Amino acid sequence: MSQSPIAGPAETAPVTAGLAAPTDLGPTGPLGGGGGLPSRRRFGRESLFRWFTTASGAVVLVVIVAIAIFLIAKAVPALRADKANFLTYKDWFPDDPTNPKFGIAALALGTVEASVLALLLAVPVALGIALCLTHYAHRRVASALGFVIDLLAAVPSIVFGLWGRDYFYKPVQDFSAWLHRYFGWIPLFGSGGPYGKSVLLGSAVLAIMILPIITSLSSEVFRQTPKMNEEAALALGATKWEMIRMAVLPYGRPGLIASVMLGLGRALGETIALALTLGATYTFSIDLIENGGNSIAANIANKFGEASETGRGALIASGLVLFAITLVVNMIARLIVYRRREFIGSAA
Amino acid sequence: MAKRIEASGISAYYGAFKAIEDINMVIEPKSVTALIGPSGCGKSTFLRSINRMHEVLPGARVEGKLTLDSQDLYGRDVDVTAVRRLIGMVFQRPNPFPTMSIYDNVVSGLRLNGVRRKSMLDTACEKALRSANLWNEVHTRLSRPGAGLSGGQQQRLCIARAIAVEPQVVLMDEPCSALDPISTLAIEDLISELKNQYTIVIVTHNMQQAARVSDRTAFFSIDKTGDPGRLIEYDETNKIFTNPSVKRTEDYITGRFG
Amino acid sequence: MTAAVANALEARRLPRWAPAATAVAAAALAYVVFALGGVLGGGPVLTVVGAVVFFLAGLALASGIVEGSRAARNRIATALIYSAFTLALLPLVSVVFTLVSKGTARLDAEFFGHSMRNIGPQDNSGGAYHAIIGTLEQVAIATLITVPLGTGGAIYIVEYGRGRLALAIRFFVDVMTGIPSIVAGLFILAFWVLIVSPHLSPDGLPFYSGFAASLALSVLMLPTITRSSEEMLRLVPVALREGAYALGIAKWKTIMRIVLPTALPGIVTGVMLAVARAAGETAPVLLVAGGGAGINFSPFHGLQNSLSIFIYDQAGSASKYAPARAWTAALTLVALVLTLTIAAKLLSRRNKLR
Repeated sequence: MSQSPIAGPAETAPVTAGLAAPTDLGPTGPLGGGGGLPSRRRFGRESLFRWFTTASGAVVLVVIVAIAIFLIAKAVPALRADKANFLTYKDWFPDDPTNPKFGIAALALGTVEASVLALLLAVPVALGIALCLTHYAHRRVASALGFVIDLLAAVPSIVFGLWGRDYFYKPVQDFSAWLHRYFGWIPLFGSGGPYGKSVLLGSAVLAIMILPIITSLSSEVFRQTPKMNEEAALALGATKWEMIRMAVLPYGRPGLIASVMLGLGRALGETIALALTLGATYTFSIDLIENGGNSIAANIANKFGEASETGRGALIASGLVLFAITLVVNMIARLIVYRRREFIGSAA
Repeated sequence: MAKRIEASGISAYYGAFKAIEDINMVIEPKSVTALIGPSGCGKSTFLRSINRMHEVLPGARVEGKLTLDSQDLYGRDVDVTAVRRLIGMVFQRPNPFPTMSIYDNVVSGLRLNGVRRKSMLDTACEKALRSANLWNEVHTRLSRPGAGLSGGQQQRLCIARAIAVEPQVVLMDEPCSALDPISTLAIEDLISELKNQYTIVIVTHNMQQAARVSDRTAFFSIDKTGDPGRLIEYDETNKIFTNPSVKRTEDYITGRFG
Repeated sequence: MTAAVANALEARRLPRWAPAATAVAAAALAYVVFALGGVLGGGPVLTVVGAVVFFLAGLALASGIVEGSRAARNRIATALIYSAFTLALLPLVSVVFTLVSKGTARLDAEFFGHSMRNIGPQDNSGGAYHAIIGTLEQVAIATLITVPLGTGGAIYIVEYGRGRLALAIRFFVDVMTGIPSIVAGLFILAFWVLIVSPHLSPDGLPFYSGFAASLALSVLMLPTITRSSEEMLRLVPVALREGAYALGIAKWKTIMRIVLPTALPGIVTGVMLAVARAAGETAPVLLVAGGGAGINFSPFHGLQNSLSIFIYDQAGSASKYAPARAWTAALTLVALVLTLTIAAKLLSRRNKLR
């Protein structure tokens, strides 16, 4: 959903007060009648309702704990069977009947590599668009373009994956050859080809996918800059860009860090688009253009079909690692947001 | 360094809505000019047209001629940042930059103009804070956040920030409306001191304040909601408050506003 | 005043035509250097990129000399911000173009009326009817599960929640929105398919089902629905609640009869957006629904397909007819998702106007 979870209700539609007339509220208790205490039954319904809502809220906590418990329960037998060090081994042969060996090293490094590169590509563009939406474009243009960004956010990841694999790989292939020809002395572009599914392709697709979320979160952050601080900067004779540097960026910094981290969380967990655009090898290399690249999530999608029992357990174990990483990243991001909210609350 | 402002035929719009119409007045240098009038009469709009802050709002524009010592403020090649550097502004609510220290707030305008030398910044900071009667209260904690000060101190910090760049005019948009009476008094004293050096234009809701601090007073009003604000009367403050020549001014001053 | 009086406020400005002239010069230079000169390999893309870079550099130089460094920096920042915007539109345009050009080949009645049963690699026919049924059923069940829980949780947070528990729930609702969808799938795989489902099947073996997919989608939808409902409930004016309490109406009744109906349009918008997102999810469904080539109306027995797994399967198929099916299914999925999204946005916009 593109609605920003880190901003307050600023963007959401104010609910109009078109409520039903209070006459159809049914019997409202023994006001005119017996004059005694309210009947017990009403208290019963009240507490039943309260109990239901509390339980619904608690489901979230239960699910998070349950995810950890059930993933651990199914991962442990496979980890016991693993003849290699799960954290340092790079290859993936969990279904070898005599000598099952698998480890998460290459996958974890590959996940981080693809996500970080995607962030490097997406964050500057996303911040630029967010500034454009909030401070540069005409209001009507901005709202139309914000709508377009929301549409970009709504396109399912399988579609981006398919687009990346069937169409976008060609320009990336040409670009890889070009990079190698002129910048091949940089280890990142060392491979001489042939070029196919690479970290560069996967990260570029990933960058496009996380662009909308970072854009919409950070434009919410920019929108919350107090007008009076922007005016203070302008009244001192700041140019627009100086005003943004003086008032908008410093004020929004915690929120921007949180937006980037939430984007990182998305990137780390993205599955299908990377399953279709990364090379799915079990080596880790800093060469961005060679055939290769893999991620924890993509590996789960790729290997699930052929996995037997230990293989499934191994994939679940890798998913547990992914869950832990994304949980930490998201919690840090949210804590930043919550602290900032308290800070603003006390300052206002 | 103070300068004279001349407005002739100033009208200001928010989109299609005309907020003020045909304002003509001359604001004398090294004096305090108060703009008074009922809510929505356009006095703040006029104030914001003087340093071209009005046009910051989307769809807002100004017509007419405004000069600062005969330099056209709305000329074709005029650089708005230069206008705003010469004409400082203090806002209704204290608005120090929340992420900056007291020191950084005061010198922020100088830094914009390329002053980098620490010694120059230090001197300017002390001078501005002294002029704003704030130095004694804050000189031991210049590196603390400006947002940690009290409301009155924050407003004096904003005044220090505005005068640190040594402008020629200081505009004040109801600078005391968010402050308690004691802080208000401190700011009023400060205004009387500052007028020795600067041309000051102050918008105020408080007629006693206008009478206390200003040399000349301009009364703005509107005929009815939706009509543009006009300048009804502009004269010596004494005259406006004791013997206004227009009936509407008198009604407003005496509280029989209609 | 005569024109002779110098105006100290005037700054030297680049003339109005300067940016346009810089653009033309940059384009010409890029054409000479890259298209004709073949520097760095040449080619049209490099020429365009080079033109943009030359334009920025030229503008920075001209503005820096004439207007000073502050104005130059302002101009460059503005130019970069607008270029970021244009850059972001390119992939969207490309995706839409590819979708339409490749997706219309199999946009026929066969595609929407038939499954993939008995369709071999050499067959050009076959369709996604079974997958569409799967997607609709799975998403519908997930919605039935999450709407009461999500609004209930939101009511708890807004109306009843106090102290640590409420804070923890709020915090983890936010955190849970960031859980990767594949983890939701693995969770339902471990919990429902591998541990619970053997007890439900006559032969005691674990089984995949559309319902398991619904559960996985529920894990993803629950936090987003809770969060959006919470925001909507918070927008209901306190005065409305207090008015009802003052009439002696019980709290739960106030919530059900006054607060919820007032917030309803907003909640519906949030639900629609969550549904749109769930309908496009592939990873969790892939792990627990099982796929399958035939039509299966029952979400509780037997394998079920979905549009997104259908696309993934066809994308991985060696048949030369598979890509066309994959793209048509992708077009269908995007149409479904975007319709829901746009409808939700229009609904929220209409509420805003009223």
